Amino acid sequence: MTTTTIPRLPAGRTIRLGGSRIVTEVRAYFRQGDSVFFTFLFPLVFLTIFSTAFGDQTFGSDATGAELSAAAYYLPGMLAAGLLLSGLQNLAIDIATERSDGTLKRLGGTPLPVISYFIGKIGQVLLTGAAQAALLLLVARVAFGVALPTDGEKWLTFAWVFLLGVTTCAVLGIALSRVPRSGKSATAVIIPITLVLQFISGVYLPFSQLPDWLQNFASLFPLKWLSQGMRAVFLPEGFAVAEPDGVWNLAGVALATAVWLVVGVVFCRLTFRWIRKDS
Amino acid sequence: MTTPDAAISVRDLRKSYGTFTALDGVSFDIAHGETFALLGPNGAGKSTTIEILEGYRDRTSGDARVLGVDPGRGGLDWKARLGIVLQSTGESGAVTVREQLSHFAGFYPHPRDVEEVIAAVGLEAKATTLIRKLSGGQRRRVDVALGIIGNPALLFLDEPTTGFDPESRRQFWQLIRSLKSEGTTILLTTHYLDEAANLGDRAGIIAGGRLIDIGTVDEIGGADARVPLVRWVDEGVQREERTASPSTLVARLVGENGGRELVGLEVVRPSLEDVYLGLVAAYETTGDGGLETHAAKTSEGEAAR
Repeated sequence: MTTTTIPRLPAGRTIRLGGSRIVTEVRAYFRQGDSVFFTFLFPLVFLTIFSTAFGDQTFGSDATGAELSAAAYYLPGMLAAGLLLSGLQNLAIDIATERSDGTLKRLGGTPLPVISYFIGKIGQVLLTGAAQAALLLLVARVAFGVALPTDGEKWLTFAWVFLLGVTTCAVLGIALSRVPRSGKSATAVIIPITLVLQFISGVYLPFSQLPDWLQNFASLFPLKWLSQGMRAVFLPEGFAVAEPDGVWNLAGVALATAVWLVVGVVFCRLTFRWIRKDS
Repeated sequence: MTTPDAAISVRDLRKSYGTFTALDGVSFDIAHGETFALLGPNGAGKSTTIEILEGYRDRTSGDARVLGVDPGRGGLDWKARLGIVLQSTGESGAVTVREQLSHFAGFYPHPRDVEEVIAAVGLEAKATTLIRKLSGGQRRRVDVALGIIGNPALLFLDEPTTGFDPESRRQFWQLIRSLKSEGTTILLTTHYLDEAANLGDRAGIIAGGRLIDIGTVDEIGGADARVPLVRWVDEGVQREERTASPSTLVARLVGENGGRELVGLEVVRPSLEDVYLGLVAAYETTGDGGLETHAAKTSEGEAAR
């Protein structure tokens, strides 16, 4: 018996199985209570807390002199945090757990292409991230009366910042899943990373109030840029002066995020294995 | 040289982890359609062997062919012909039995019918239950179901019935027999020697990273290891004697006893388990099975030693 007697698998199954993985991944995601709370609802919980706690304060005013509410001020940061949580935090913990509980080993013994597995993960992040963003926007609008942009161009910016951001965060999550040594330690290793990033990237604290050195440090990571991109969409034009360069710098947002995307894809391509062969 | 027309062919397989030698020159062939039981104590090298053949581990040296393919380089086409039941799994199990099987069935070009497989492993009543809510034995049956869903030409079963109750084991054996009758080649590791005796056509015994014996289940260990044992109690002392003619011995003993019944009389034909325990004990005292004549014919590993 030689290799030629093994029948070839039909072409085009990578995409089909990727679709099948997305269904399975999304279904499993919503059946895990902890992922629903710490990833999906977390930004919503914080938006609610901030909007309630700082309800009496003013966060500046727009060109017409209308005051900005706490909810309106925090909405862009929470949307950016959602990208980081749904993408990076979710996948880094999820895949580290799957590596240690035997899920990856089992899949590695089947004819499932690695690319289909990645399509499943990134598809899960895209769908859950989009649902999360939609829920945030809905609650901001309906519960806290935040005026959302009416300008089509703003929504176009939102669309590309969301897509580029969520994809980049998903890929970086796959890359970071190598770091925890076991599934049990995954949460303890990953959550501090994402928490620190959220504090230094203008999600919880106003970015302009951070010292220059911390702003420069935060600018090395994508979350600072994604928050900035979201502020460009949802804050009044006049708020651009508070940004480091006094402008929204959307080109910078695109470039910094794209660099991280490329770095992440190359890293995953080179390092992803179903199992550590000689553990 | 590996045997080209075997389902699995292994020559002088070696595996070291640093200074520890897990496999020290193992050679055997498994024919298409055969059920082969790999036996041995914990840590003897069974799982290392099976994981090298499944493509999960790299070998340090030696040659291996699984369905004609080097398992270290097996692609997706090759994996589509295999079914793998791993030793243990602890997945989160946030999908139902049916969802999981339907999903995995999609990976394979000619899968079995999902409902038939669910029935074959006796999980009809649990088809819509989340896997994480199943008992240990039921989860193990899902593992087995996932191993056969792709209609494999070659099935690896690494301690498949751990955690099964006796009834489930009998059901499982029936399932394996039906797979055998369809021509599936099976490589089985197990600690239950009755399982190996019931299912296996041939067995190999691994100890200390070496294959200390290999042969058909009826012949392994050699004729001497199967000589019946006569046990009786003589004046309160337990006596036993091995003899190829137990009836003659019993007749003589009865005669010597003045025609009276012997106390505690037993005539025991050694089971595979007895033979296995004897071989492993012999290996552990001498560092060798002492049964080279029964070992794999192509003993390049032995020669190199």
